[in-house]
Amino acid sequence: MDMDEKLKLFWDVGATMIASTPHATELGIQFVAIGEGQATLSLPYSTKLIGDARTRVVNGGAVTTLLDQACGLAAFTGFDTLGALATLSLRIDYQRTAKPGETIIGIAECYKTTKHVAFLRAIAHDGDETDPVATAQATFMSTGPRLSFEDAINARMEKAAKRKQAEEGLQP
Amino acid sequence: MSQSKTDTPLSAMTQIRDRLANIPYATTLGIEPHFMGEEFTLILPYKDSNIGNATLPALHGGGIGGFMEVCAIAQIILSNPDRELPKPIGINIDYLRRGRPVDTYARAQIFKQGARVANIRVRAWQDRFDTPIAALSGQFLLGKES
Repeated sequence: MDMDEKLKLFWDVGATMIASTPHATELGIQFVAIGEGQATLSLPYSTKLIGDARTRVVNGGAVTTLLDQACGLAAFTGFDTLGALATLSLRIDYQRTAKPGETIIGIAECYKTTKHVAFLRAIAHDGDETDPVATAQATFMSTGPRLSFEDAINARMEKAAKRKQAEEGLQP
Repeated sequence: MSQSKTDTPLSAMTQIRDRLANIPYATTLGIEPHFMGEEFTLILPYKDSNIGNATLPALHGGGIGGFMEVCAIAQIILSNPDRELPKPIGINIDYLRRGRPVDTYARAQIFKQGARVANIRVRAWQDRFDTPIAALSGQFLLGKES
């Protein structure tokens, strides 16, 4: 299988997935990068994420959502086939409070998949990867029908070809 | 530290409402407390912006987690009214069922509270208390006495 095509597919799906997740956009979560078994997202500081009006520190729940979303995306790329996922478990250790005003970055890594389960670890940091705000451990389960990478890549290429054809057809 | 016996349900209710109003994230999710005597259930009314998967559709797992964290914090506030807000140390969430696009409820129980740390469990459910959609267990650092 063409690795470049697989990565292109991941970047397409990753950006689309974040943009089309209402709760991710509500909090302001942004797609940053994706690789095989890896995903990075960002959560820019916003007053609506504050957990304590006195300290203006972001609530743990917002960090939970960032990490859940990053793990989900990394798990998506970790399986041999493509399809829907469900979070089974999420464990988060909050090492320190995030600095008010700073963007939080969520980096997830899928280190093992079985037929139906993906195992992940993730960190959230606000500028220094070696001094994380939180670390996480998660498991996800694949649910519903699955699509092979070959089929997904072919479908994506066909779609692009059709779009190109349609565009050329419009030319005078 | 523990809530005095003379506290009326009304003051507990005001307390929780006031403190939740100081958590903008809780307002973002749309969280509301519902009191029954001196006990409360937190409500996460259905909102399109809490959806995590539009095709299923299902609520966002992270949002459900955040809702349960706020529930834990509210429960700790109720039994520690003179302290600043608690901070999570570690949480463990089990996702049990898909969060359907309907109202969700949560209740917390403090299993043990020491001088600095509270160990707490939270259950989130939709139609029936007996069929929870998620469960959280966590350790929270108590806030400073204010």
